[in-house]
Amino acid sequence: MKRADGNRQVCDTKRIVRGGRVIDPSQDLDRVLDVAIEDGKVAELGENLDAAGAEVTDAAGLVVTPGLIDIHVHLREPGFEYKETVASGVRSAAAGGFTAVACMANTLPVHDHRAVTELIMTEADRHPFARVYPIGAITRGLGGEDLAEIGDMVAAGAVAISDDGLPVSSAAMMRRALLYAQHYDVPVIQHAEDLDLTADGVMHEGEWSTRLGLPGIPALAEDVMVARDLLLSADTGGRYHVAHLSTGRSLAMVREAKRRGLSVTCEVSPHHLLLTDREVADSTFSTATKMKPPLRSSADVEALVEGLTDGTVDVIASDHAPHHPDEKDVQFSVAPFGILGLETTVSLCLDRLVRPGILDLAALVRLLSTGPARVLGLPGGSLEPGRPADLTLIDLEREVTVRSEDFHSRSCNTPFDGWQLTGAAVGTLLGGQPVTL
Amino acid sequence: MSDTAPLRETPDAADTAWTRKHLLGIADLSPSEIELILDTAESFREVGERPIKKVPTLRGKTVMNLFFEPSTRTRSSFELAEKRLSADSLNFSGSGSALSKGETLIDTARNLEAMAPDLVVIRHQHPGVPHLLAERIDAGIINAGDGAHEHPTQALLDAFTIRQHKGGLEGLEVAIVGDIEHSRVVRSNIHLLTKMGARVTVAGLRTMMPVEVEKMGVRAAYDLGEATRGADVVMMLRVQLERQAGGSLFPSVREYFRLFGLSPERLKRAKEDAIVMHPGPMNRGTEISSLVADGTRSVILEQVANGVAVRMAVLYLLMAARGAAV
Ligand SMILES: [Zn+2]
Repeated sequence: MKRADGNRQVCDTKRIVRGGRVIDPSQDLDRVLDVAIEDGKVAELGENLDAAGAEVTDAAGLVVTPGLIDIHVHLREPGFEYKETVASGVRSAAAGGFTAVACMANTLPVHDHRAVTELIMTEADRHPFARVYPIGAITRGLGGEDLAEIGDMVAAGAVAISDDGLPVSSAAMMRRALLYAQHYDVPVIQHAEDLDLTADGVMHEGEWSTRLGLPGIPALAEDVMVARDLLLSADTGGRYHVAHLSTGRSLAMVREAKRRGLSVTCEVSPHHLLLTDREVADSTFSTATKMKPPLRSSADVEALVEGLTDGTVDVIASDHAPHHPDEKDVQFSVAPFGILGLETTVSLCLDRLVRPGILDLAALVRLLSTGPARVLGLPGGSLEPGRPADLTLIDLEREVTVRSEDFHSRSCNTPFDGWQLTGAAVGTLLGGQPVTL
Repeated sequence: MSDTAPLRETPDAADTAWTRKHLLGIADLSPSEIELILDTAESFREVGERPIKKVPTLRGKTVMNLFFEPSTRTRSSFELAEKRLSADSLNFSGSGSALSKGETLIDTARNLEAMAPDLVVIRHQHPGVPHLLAERIDAGIINAGDGAHEHPTQALLDAFTIRQHKGGLEGLEVAIVGDIEHSRVVRSNIHLLTKMGARVTVAGLRTMMPVEVEKMGVRAAYDLGEATRGADVVMMLRVQLERQAGGSLFPSVREYFRLFGLSPERLKRAKEDAIVMHPGPMNRGTEISSLVADGTRSVILEQVANGVAVRMAVLYLLMAARGAAV
């Protein structure tokens, strides 16, 4: 990772992160320890480490974790800079406690060739608030018909491929992608949705779509695609990752596929864990409740939460999808799909999953750091000596109120505005350097 | 506002318990609010029977009719109601210039707001649009149909018509038959009828039935005979043939009629004094045979006449509440 080791993300000085509760799922660690950092890498974990000649970051009372990684964000650059840019996106990431993000390819032009990979990497270098790992398109122009130059993009820094925003609809194309991607050992990330079943759907098909008279997106639209892809993955041996998995039935299929030893992983998004389709009615058609996949039923939510605790879910990823206020300030039916996530994920998970005892803190850290790093094969996600010194500091008692107008993102489309939450990321270190916004 | 008194032109039901600024749907109305509208409509019905069918009740008030979707029947009914109340009406329709130039709904709303209407009657193809307008502009909003969500004045005029024939709604068996999934009429009727103590069965093709519809408090049936057996009221819905263009939900009109078309034969399963309703416009030979539509049990034209009285009542009550609020 040449870029990651470049310029100001590395420091020659030594640093001690003193006295924090270090939680590192990669080492089964949960203890009060010091973290010694040298040359931008973790040097040593231990008690009362010698701080001579080192700068000290006081982490007493805080939780120290491997830097959190959001593997599903839309940075919108190039092409949609009025929604988000790499510069604003990495600030938003840092503000939310993330030290790395992986960004989707549905830009303009589409990230389906090396020049776009390089543009994103260059922008990321200029704004070192969090690392950026570009995800290249599977097919040219997200058209679903011809493979993009995957090898070229990977050589330039892409870490995975996905047509996210759209599914790879053709089974033949998906099969080819799962085969071809193996040459570069990158996962194929699928936005699993049968567009024929979705048709003109705008929310989950269920009691609430029936009540509101809005066209529904059946859970089946996701399930038939996941079922098909699992067969293709089994047959090809390709690495398959389900983006924003949202239904109980898809989760059960992934669980079964893992049991059979398939190379399959999945992520879920915080909004799918915390909100149900009823929210569309309760918010009186708020466009901040419109995203794909849609908010599902309470039974789906229960199943997903169970998937977090039994290990079926590998990653919590936000699907950070900025849209300009003008685009969202319209009637529900015509609003674009998607909500922000980078600046709400950590506090939401701490307050709504960890505090009530649904998920233990170490499991959350695994889902937000070690898990994502493993899925994409990234160097982070662990505080073992030699790893990049990317750290997140969390204050479990910090009380925050979500205020979209204060977001570092260029957009403000969130259904969580005004939520009062306890627990927040209060800082990050990138390559051993505290990130200041 | 000081002139609440002139509003008292006709209804005795005044001193209303009505406090709502908008009529967005039936879902949030209480049974007593529904009764109040129906009782108020009763006194307005008489206006339609006078030689001079006009009262000065809403003189000097502005009502905007905003129809983003073609509608002859509902729009005419509202216009007539407004004229009979002496309101100044202003009509915008989807094919007209203002509403079709790619302007966002919010901008349209801002422009309307600048004209300071007292009430806005809105029909839009998207659910929730009246609710959005209600949040953004000061005028009282009347939902004249938002997508497949609600059409409150239709349900009210249906209830008014049923009440005339059956004396009340409580305990009645009502069968609603047709394209349940895409119908706003059925949703408003389900809310209204179940709130007032009627039992509702919805029936139609499995390809046109919304999922989990039972959670709205109704029974779902997939057979016309089963749905109409013992019914006091049979309400047929319009099959939207234009919808067939985007992927057919049934193979042909012939086959549709065979399963769900209401013929005199099939009506025999309903109670002897059952009435037949239809919100219009009808597709004769698709969902209903002419023998039934024009038969003695049909109250379809009464529905149209009652529509004006019910809409007068709604306009009156909303305006009265507006006056009271100021
Ligand atoms: Zn997606």
